Amino acid sequence: MALRTPPLREAHAERGAKFTEFGGWDMPVEFDGIRVEHEAVRSAAGLFDVSHMGQIEVSGPDATELTNRLTTNDVAALDAGDAQYAAITDEDGNIIDDTVVYLLPDGETYLFVPNAGGDGEMHERWTSRRDEWGLDAVVANATEEYAMFALQGPDAVATASEAAGTDLDDIRRFTGRDATVADTACFVARTGYTGEDGVEFLLPTDGAEAVWHALADTDGTGVQPCGLGARDTLRIEAGFLLAGQDFDIESNPRTPYEAGIGFAVDLDTEFVGRDALAAATDPEETFVGFKLTERGVPRHGYDVVDTENRIIGEVTSGTMSPTLDEPVGMGYLPTEYADPGTDVRVVVRGSAKNARVHSLPFYEP
Amino acid sequence: MSFDIRDDCRYLETHEWARPNGAVRVGITDFAQDELGDVVFVELPEVGDDLDAGAQFGVIESIKAVSDLYAPVGGEVTAVNEELFDAPELVNEEPFDGGWMLEIEPGDEGDLDDLLSPEEYREQTE
Repeated sequence: MALRTPPLREAHAERGAKFTEFGGWDMPVEFDGIRVEHEAVRSAAGLFDVSHMGQIEVSGPDATELTNRLTTNDVAALDAGDAQYAAITDEDGNIIDDTVVYLLPDGETYLFVPNAGGDGEMHERWTSRRDEWGLDAVVANATEEYAMFALQGPDAVATASEAAGTDLDDIRRFTGRDATVADTACFVARTGYTGEDGVEFLLPTDGAEAVWHALADTDGTGVQPCGLGARDTLRIEAGFLLAGQDFDIESNPRTPYEAGIGFAVDLDTEFVGRDALAAATDPEETFVGFKLTERGVPRHGYDVVDTENRIIGEVTSGTMSPTLDEPVGMGYLPTEYADPGTDVRVVVRGSAKNARVHSLPFYEP
Repeated sequence: MSFDIRDDCRYLETHEWARPNGAVRVGITDFAQDELGDVVFVELPEVGDDLDAGAQFGVIESIKAVSDLYAPVGGEVTAVNEELFDAPELVNEEPFDGGWMLEIEPGDEGDLDDLLSPEEYREQTE
């Protein structure tokens, strides 16, 4: 199957990006090196092309009810311009996807952002349930119509404000509003997935190049362009989940409570999986962080064992943290091992390396 | 993008270089370090270990990937670059110089003849 390409694929290639397949998309993995890009986001600002993220628009009289019944949080609580993190669960309460739901400034249209490659499935899920429940809503897969950029880091809001010619610092965390950048109408929200302050831009694909160039370092004056490699190390330091790796409905089904995102579940709303989750608020396993105290790097799939070398879990995400310069990992362990400071081991190529459970996130700005 | 390929070395298809100068010094190429990205960890054999030509001798980890390292020639390990344990980034910065990994006293000088010439390796990476 041919890979889907972001609107700026060629511009990124000319800038020297390396590419990787991610969720069926051909995406830049790095421009100038993961460490350089990671540090730029932690110390100044970095710009990510996240156009591989899906965009599903839901409107019409029953848009609120439909979206509420398919996400774990309460979208009825959103005011125009608000955003909300939520999970999408199956009947058993296991996470199919995690997402951010925006109520756009018109106050009528929900836009939610499924993970890369999940847009088709989510569009199908919303339309089939709408029909099954006899609801009146229009569901559109707008993924190909939007570009999405994430400008992240302590200098991100100032940079975005300069590019927009207006102060965007009044946008609170998890809210957004319309702004114009490079003559392109954008929805600008104070969201992102790096653990830093920052904004995300949703814009029509035909404005992508102008907006990217207004922000990125193409002539030595803008911010550092970053690829998915740095996004991965940043989100691990921040303790954020990666779909398909930290949870996977087929290979590693997990409830929001196990995954540490119980805050995104509102049991006062009716949604698919609600009853199963009401009975699962106290899980036997939980998502934890750990640091290796010996040399080695924990990687996805490596076993985690106790001090007597009994397997108790596996690494779902791990890396050498560029900020901390320490090997860090995350995964699910029985709750009796979840307290920070608990000694465990990670099996790196057949050798059990000492590790210690650590609270998430590993890093806070 | 063009990569540094030294004329005083021979090469493996798996991107190790071998520089004969008494013992054979071994490392990974400029192309390989660029593909790997930021190197964070190198696992090497100990001095005195015996290696077969083509056998795995260690592991290199970058932030994003783990790769095996292969011996260009067989023989006894006579030196290991211990600087890499504290400064693995030398592999990125100076892959043919400060980023060298080990030296092997070859059991059979003929092993070198089986390796790629600089021209052949250049063709492989183009």
